[in-house]
Order: sequence, then C-alpha cells, then structure tokens
Amino acid sequence: MNSLKERLIKYAFTAMGYLSLLLLFGIMAVLFIESRPAVKELNILNFLFGPQWRPARTPAEYGILPLIAGSLSVSFGAISICVPLGAGAALYLNELAGETQRRVLKPVIEILAGIPSIIFGFFGLVAVAPFLQETFNLPVGVCLFTASIVLGIMTIPAITTICEDALSFVPRSFKEASFAMGANRWQTLTKVTIPAAGSGICTAIILGIGRLMGETMSVLMVAGGAAVIPKSIFSPVRPMTAAIAAEMGEAARGSMHYSALFLIGLVLFLITLALNILSEHISKKYRLKLGQGR
Amino acid sequence: MKNKIIQACGFALLSACMIITALFLAGIIYFIAVNGRQALSWQFLTAPPLNGMSAGGVAPAIVGTFYLTMGSVIFALPLGVGCAVYLQEYSAGGRMSDIIRVAVNNLAGVPSVVFGLFGLGIFVKFLGFGVSILSGSLTLGILILPGIISASQEALLAVPVSFKEASLAIGATKWQTIKRIILPCALPGILTGVILGIGRAAGETAPILFTAAAFYKRGYPNSLFSEVMALPYHIYALMTEGVNPEKQTAIAYGCALILVAMVALMSSLAIFIRNKYRSAYGNGPRRNYNA
Repeated sequence: MNSLKERLIKYAFTAMGYLSLLLLFGIMAVLFIESRPAVKELNILNFLFGPQWRPARTPAEYGILPLIAGSLSVSFGAISICVPLGAGAALYLNELAGETQRRVLKPVIEILAGIPSIIFGFFGLVAVAPFLQETFNLPVGVCLFTASIVLGIMTIPAITTICEDALSFVPRSFKEASFAMGANRWQTLTKVTIPAAGSGICTAIILGIGRLMGETMSVLMVAGGAAVIPKSIFSPVRPMTAAIAAEMGEAARGSMHYSALFLIGLVLFLITLALNILSEHISKKYRLKLGQGR
Repeated sequence: MKNKIIQACGFALLSACMIITALFLAGIIYFIAVNGRQALSWQFLTAPPLNGMSAGGVAPAIVGTFYLTMGSVIFALPLGVGCAVYLQEYSAGGRMSDIIRVAVNNLAGVPSVVFGLFGLGIFVKFLGFGVSILSGSLTLGILILPGIISASQEALLAVPVSFKEASLAIGATKWQTIKRIILPCALPGILTGVILGIGRAAGETAPILFTAAAFYKRGYPNSLFSEVMALPYHIYALMTEGVNPEKQTAIAYGCALILVAMVALMSSLAIFIRNKYRSAYGNGPRRNYNA
C-alpha cells in the first residue's frame, strides 16, 4: 500500500522533471508547425539571404537578411561596450575591491541585472536618443548606434556576474604559486588569473551575444525599425526580434506574413540554442580543466 | 619600477571600468526616479486612465501586472519545485538528469519574444484561450520556470545529507522525508527563486505582447479570459501609440518608476532572504549525488 503511493509519487515527480524537456521540444514544434506554410511557399535560401523585407507590398518580399544584419550589428555593437566594461568591473570586484565594497557592489549589480529591458528601451527613447541626435547632429536619434549603447549598458551587469563567477573558480593555489615566483599582482592577474578564467570569460561573451540577439523591447524602441542592411553606424535597423514584436499585431492569423514571422522566430530560436550549447560545452570543459568537474 | 607603474595603470583601468559602470546605471535609475516622481500621486496609483490616456492613473495596469505575475507563479512554482525534486532526489547522477539539466539551461536562454510566439501558437490559438490573462500567465510561467528550477535545485542541494539519512534511518519513506524534512529545509532558497521569478515576470513585455496585453481596457478584468493592461506594456504603448505624446510621456515616467521600484524591491528581498539563510546549516558538505 505504502509502496504503491511511493511509486505514484515518484511517477508524478518524474513527469514534472521531464516537463522542461517537453517544453523545449514543444516550443520547437510550435515554431515548426506555424512556420510550415512559409517554409513550403518561400525557398528557405531566398528567405535567409533575400535582401528585401517587404511584407506589406504586393507582391510581398520575405528576405530576412536585413533583419539578421540588424540583429548581428546591434549585438556586436553592444558587445564591444559591455564586454570590456563588464569584464573590467568583474576583475575589479575579484582583485581590487575590499570585503565591504564587494558586499555592497555584488548585490547592487545583481539587482541592476534584473531591471526589465522595457525600462532601458524607455530610457533610450527619452534620454539617449535625443542626446545623441543633438551631439552628433543626426537626422534621427533612434539608430544602430543608440541601440548598441543602450543594450551595451543594459548587459553590463549580466556580463559582470558571469565573469565574476568564472574568476571565482580559479583556484587560490594558482595565484599563490605565481606570487611565490615573485610576480606582482598585475602580472599574476594578466598572466595567471585571466588565462585560467579565459574560457569562463568566453562563455560570458557567448551567452551575452545570445541574450542580445534575443533582446526585444529595447531594440524595438531604440533601433529605428528600418528593415534595411545598415550602411553606417547611424543607420536605423530592424533586428529580428523587433520585426516579430512589431509586425505580429498587424499580420492576419494564418497569412504568409504571420507564418514568416514564426519562421524568423524559429531561426532566432536555433541561433540562441546553438550559442547556449556552445557556451555550456566550453564551460564544462573549463571546469574539468580546473578540477571542478561534477 | 616599470612593473609597478604598469600595475598602477592596470588597476586604475579596472577601477575606471567599475566606476563607469556604476555611474551609467546609477544615472539611469536617478533619471527615472527624478522624472517619475512628478507623475506619482495617490490618484495615479488608484485611478483608471482618462481622456484617451492623457490624464488619470494607471491602476488597471498595476492590477493587470499583479494578476499576470501571480498566475505565472501559481503555474511555475509547483512544476519548478517538482522538477528540482526529481533531479535532486529521484534521478540524481543519472543520464536522464543530465539531459534535463541541459534542457533547463537552454530553456533559460530562449529569447522572450519566442516564448511569446509559443504562447500565441499554443495557448491563444491551439487551446483557444484567446488573448487573455490565462494565456499570458501560462506564457510567463514557462519563462520563469527555469529560474525557479535552478533556485530550488540549489536549495535542495544545500540541505545536509545527514538530515535525510536521519529521517530514512527512523523508518520514514522517501516521500515522507521529502515532504517533512527536505522541502521545509529548502524553503528559503525556493522562496528566493520565486521572488526573483515574480520580479522577472512583472517586467517582461515581449511574452505578453501577443498573449495578454491590451493598451486600453475599460474597467478591471473580471475573468481569466479577459485581456488586461500591464505596466511594462503600458510604457511601450504610451511611447508608441496615442495622440498626446507629451502628456503620455509624463505618465510613462510614472509607470517606469513604479516598475523599477517593484522589481528592485523584489530582488533586494530575495537577496536578503538568501543571505540570511545561506549559512543556516553551516557550510556543510555538498550533497553526495549517490546518496
């Protein structure tokens, strides 16, 4: 009697355990099913590499190259801001900050990492865009440059947290060995700690790119929205996420446009999935290397 | 000597990174706090919007965000804890638990707009819930699920293995041990995950864009199947729709301040609970997976 109950409970927990796996496949399945009309109708190569995204025209053109270019350019723009600052801040926390500073700064950074992206989008729209427009004398304030800055600032806390984590995995003995050889703190940091944490920092960058590619609300508000391949850093762009968010409302359910937006979602999903798996792979190898393997 | 100078420059550079980061982020919070405070009033918090969004308050959006957030937690909490219990107590060390762990990590990395598409495809369309509180809550619930699983798992991991052994030794079954010993001990950690999840769900906009949100809805929602206004979506809508941009921006500042304050409060609370209970069982040995 008792053991039957125990068994049933075990099955219930097992079902809940499998749920996340199921959800991951479910997401993929929904994206596949909803995008099937578009896959059938549009040649997948034309879809991925077509230079024109004009869903409202007749005949409509569904080429997402400008959207991919938009996502990539904003991500790399933002990465070039948040990685140096975020990693620098993590090194500061790990190496220079005293106990008190660390006790204050770490939670503050954690809280900042939780600020929703809509807030950054709003701030970008009311403060950063007008400021940059005036400073650089731009025709429009919302563009690739603005989006890169806003997303860059937004992602610093996340990068700092992951890098700090990676740095804390470096065994004390590495540093002590370096000091014992007569190296000073800076030499130890650059020649021992950073190389040892290198792949952890790589993980942070890859995860950062994944997160930036998937970032929606802030790019929707500050990237400008023009679905063209950017010619300069001041061109307005429309990343993939922004296209989905902005156009889903006006696309009739079941139309080609609707289906094409799901196909963009699928492309996005597969890109972020690949980046996540890559970063997981690197960080696993890294932990094994440092003897922290599970 | 040369080495010393290089070291000084390097450390100055790192300090500069920290200072710039802190200034940027503090600046944003300050900017929103100063501008948002002018909009805040008792009426702003308790009255519905008036005159086509150009006056009045945002009470329905606050209420809507509350419903959506609570709904997502009601959905994600039991499933998240259940998944963590399975991973930690039933399948620990097995091949399947590795696969599920990878799935959870990948689920955490799925872009929020893709969750929105999933919600649209399955809850709104396939299950026929329509654009509603229910669809939005379920979508947000899936979004916060990985976070709750990770937090719960960490909390279960921190329960000393001796507690469990003692319980099993006096003849308790596995389920009795989980229910009476392991879950109560892990409660603060689970709570931390839930509070962080609430903060996350309250601020997410993209998943509710096509599953729950409406720019304007007369009165308060009266069923699970009604559309709702929500704070983060309200900010977006105020900035992109409507006919009175100047007055709408002032209201959006107010919404932004409420949202930032709410999310920051939640995170602080979670961090406080975590720090308070982190060392409750001493820094005992990590749980042996084969136990």
